[in-house]
Amino acid sequence: MEIPHTVTARPDTGLYSSKLGIWLFLASEVMLFGGLFSAYIFLRLGSEPGYWPHGLLNVPVGTMNTAVLIASSVTVVFAWAALKMRKFTQYKVYMAITILCGILFLVVKLSYEWPDKFDHFGVFVKKSVAEKYDFLLGNSHLKEKGLEPRWEVAGHLLHAPEASPYRHLAEHGLHHEESHLDAEAKAKVEEAKSKDSYAILLDAVNADPKSPENERPHFIPRKRSTKVAVVDKADVDHASNFTPRHSTYFATYFLITGLHGLHVLGGILVFIYFWLPIPGGTLLYRKNPEHLANRVEVAGLFWHFVDLVWIFVFPIFYLL
Amino acid sequence: MSDHHSEIHHHGSEADHAHAASHAKAYLAVGAALLALTGFTVFLSYIDFGSQSRNIIVGMIVATFKASLVAAIFMHLKGEKKTIWQFLIMTTIFAIGLFMLTLLANGDPIPGSTTATR
Amino acid sequence: MAVSHAHSPATDHGHGDDHHHGLSFLQKYVFSTDHKVIGIQYGVTGLAFLFLGFMLMLVMRWQLAHPGEAVPFVGNLLHNIFGDTVFDGAKRAAGIAGVLTPDGYNTFGAMHGTIMVFFGVVPVAFAAFGNYVVPLQIGAPDMCFPKLNMASFWCFFVSCVIMVGSFFVGTGAAKSGWTAYPPLAGIADMPEGGSLWWNGQTLWLLGMVFNITGSLLGSVNFIATIIQLRAPGMTWMRLPFFVWAQFVTAFLLLLAFPPLEAAGLMQFTDRVFGTSFFMPTGLAVAKAVGQTWAGGGSPVLWQHLFWFLAHPEVYVLILPAIGMVAEIVANNTRKPIYGYKSMVYAVFALGFLSFIVWAHHMYMTGMGAKVASFFQATTIMISVPSVILLTSLILSLWGGSIRFNNAMLFAAAFLPMFGIGGLTGIPLAFNAVDLFLHDTYYVIGHFHYVVAPGTIFAIFAGVYHWYPKATGRHLNVFLGRVHFWGSLVAINGLFFPMFLQGMAGVHRRWYDGGATYEGIIAPVLKWNNFMTVSAILLALFQLPFIYNFFSSIFLGQKANDNPWEATTLEWETPTPPPHGNFVKEINVVRGPYEYSVPGESKDFLTQNA
Repeated sequence: MEIPHTVTARPDTGLYSSKLGIWLFLASEVMLFGGLFSAYIFLRLGSEPGYWPHGLLNVPVGTMNTAVLIASSVTVVFAWAALKMRKFTQYKVYMAITILCGILFLVVKLSYEWPDKFDHFGVFVKKSVAEKYDFLLGNSHLKEKGLEPRWEVAGHLLHAPEASPYRHLAEHGLHHEESHLDAEAKAKVEEAKSKDSYAILLDAVNADPKSPENERPHFIPRKRSTKVAVVDKADVDHASNFTPRHSTYFATYFLITGLHGLHVLGGILVFIYFWLPIPGGTLLYRKNPEHLANRVEVAGLFWHFVDLVWIFVFPIFYLL
Repeated sequence: MSDHHSEIHHHGSEADHAHAASHAKAYLAVGAALLALTGFTVFLSYIDFGSQSRNIIVGMIVATFKASLVAAIFMHLKGEKKTIWQFLIMTTIFAIGLFMLTLLANGDPIPGSTTATR
Repeated sequence: MAVSHAHSPATDHGHGDDHHHGLSFLQKYVFSTDHKVIGIQYGVTGLAFLFLGFMLMLVMRWQLAHPGEAVPFVGNLLHNIFGDTVFDGAKRAAGIAGVLTPDGYNTFGAMHGTIMVFFGVVPVAFAAFGNYVVPLQIGAPDMCFPKLNMASFWCFFVSCVIMVGSFFVGTGAAKSGWTAYPPLAGIADMPEGGSLWWNGQTLWLLGMVFNITGSLLGSVNFIATIIQLRAPGMTWMRLPFFVWAQFVTAFLLLLAFPPLEAAGLMQFTDRVFGTSFFMPTGLAVAKAVGQTWAGGGSPVLWQHLFWFLAHPEVYVLILPAIGMVAEIVANNTRKPIYGYKSMVYAVFALGFLSFIVWAHHMYMTGMGAKVASFFQATTIMISVPSVILLTSLILSLWGGSIRFNNAMLFAAAFLPMFGIGGLTGIPLAFNAVDLFLHDTYYVIGHFHYVVAPGTIFAIFAGVYHWYPKATGRHLNVFLGRVHFWGSLVAINGLFFPMFLQGMAGVHRRWYDGGATYEGIIAPVLKWNNFMTVSAILLALFQLPFIYNFFSSIFLGQKANDNPWEATTLEWETPTPPPHGNFVKEINVVRGPYEYSVPGESKDFLTQNA
């Protein structure tokens, strides 16, 4: 029993079935990512001033990853064209490049971008003690300029209170940074130990909060300083490293890029399947090359959609 | 159509060859344009257009243009069959409905109340 | 084996399903790619869940009529099965087992809703009947993507295992409503020292993700099949109305489910990873919950994303039913249905509008006049295509030579029952009236009328109608009559008093049936007992059906290929249809309802030449 229109188009619709199927699936994916983006907009518009961070992501790395994905979109469409022109070796080369680009994208994200966040720590101070920490937050200065206040002291955690779940992170951070700390910084760490509070190796924005340089998101990764500050346990509203629980910004960032990453992985696996010498892959080329071309076209459409989502994710999370 | 099948099987029809070859230039051009536009987006993020919402709108316009290039040329939507366009238009309408109506509900609270999340 | 000349050159087909005869038992009946086997798999699983959901409701109804009393006869057994979160452990220690706790009532309530909607009605009405009948009615050999079809079923099956399994974890199954509103759903089932993963609400979310994924894959299949695999001559306006209904339903599922999947993932991360998508700032939670939240989230956001699906979902519940009723009415009145074309346009209008009415479930969330008026207007507008559909079916009866077989009894009863359900929805559409009726039993009465004596009666009608094609035997007629009349009376006795209670102010989800507020609502509380007795009677009247369903496979009167003398293509196959469906050439030459055509010798003309 054969299912018609698997390979050649049905005359009245002009489509072969899997192309129709993938576009339907992509329509549902538009609604899926649309739901996530509408949640992002809703939460961002509803957020209180000072609680939606900016400039926390590494723009050069993000730009490079965007370029990698765009390149892979070009190579996958060339892979398909090669199949349509029955140039098998060319197909294998372009498809291999596509797969490698996809893998590179994921490696950069999972080995650098995400872990870099997990190492970063932020403490939100209570509003009642804003004045005490104005030297770190600079809110008096921001108010004069009509800008949003800051409520977070961020950087690398060097000491955490006894009861904090981040003690391990603090030990790791201190071990890593110890050799770079000057005497003043070390004294601050000791102070934090004695007060059972937080000691943070500050980001530049908190070390010099009144500087005009710190008013807009940075191009290069968030600058660090060599200053350490102590934040008293009792003054803390909540504290965490830059994980999904840190803020709704990071929650949406990790969920959307995580889901996007899963889609990239899915695409890579499908492409590998069509590249290997198995009955569903390149062995199909000998029996029915048009069928393989259609499969690659359909998978390519999925891949372009994944690229398309990233085209929106990049400016929204990295630049705006 | 049936007499073409043995050809397609082994060689691909001539129409397909020419089609794929002429489009190769378009694919490269679009790829280059996308890379350039990515750089342009980053450049634009340094310019303050007056308010945060204007910055966002500018960024989204560029992103939408890039997305249209991917959809039209890489995904072959330009010249795609009517059926596909019909689905996509319906999907776009519903996606816009989801965005706009949710924001409208959020932005139009009962007088005296607030919908802020904090 | 579908033979058609216009296509299928040598390279056209996929080679997946060539060698059907060489398959093992597992490949033919368990991991089958045949749409009929998959349809039956969905059907049996779905019917089992309908039964489970019904049993949960019976325990709830007992509690409502006799708050604090032990469930009779089976109390001890249920207590053993569901444990001490659901039933009162202290009372059991004192010698009385089977007393429902408030948490237990909420658990059964939440799971009753979830199971009935997502594991009962949709799998049976959309997936089971759709999978079995649609490819046959369009003259196709199978669905467009048979392996994907099988994957959809098994994805659904995984979700079933997770949902049923959730009853047996330490905290018991989800108890935050089928609507799973945060912040309650964000903190529920997380006692100190408990697991972030193995608890009722987290498993509910995981189960829903699998259910939604299976549903999405299935929808793609339905739409592609209806577009691509219609037989030669089967133009769009010659499609049986059931196919149109399934087509629109598949679109609703395809486009409306993903935002809920997104929201489900967000609630999942809120619970397991401590994100604050829906957790507001300043939430004061007892230390027992083993999680902390930064805040900044919005509970209303969940409601928007949830109802964006859940409103089209209710049309998913009703459209396949309307489709089945249309087929059965045409066949048993020996007339075309009235207004076929209007019905097709109406079902598209309904589908479109269903995406922009969702916030009528959210009138109490503090929306202002502008946005509330918008949703009120669209909600009233959507009643127009619904009325067109119902009126066309009612008018189809006029002048018909009605044959009241059991399928027709249920289909005919569907009409006024759906009418009551639909009409009682109209007051709810208005923001001002909804202020009073929101979250009362009036709402429960409204939606149950549409789904229970509505869709479920249509499902019964469909079973009586297509059973002979699937099994080659008729269901016993007398048992069917008993099933019908008993169910009709009992179901009205169960649901009608809900309107009275609702209008008097009795709220939903009160675990004691309103006993705490007796001072205010005493006059209507007496209906609780009446409704519970009706529910028990309704359960009893399903027994003849269950017995009939299984015994007729062996004992039923044998049926020929077209026992109802119907016009549509599914009756052109051998009985039961073989793999590939059709053994003769299919060439459609006329519309789907050519009954009683003047001048013809027989009172029906089949679609096939």
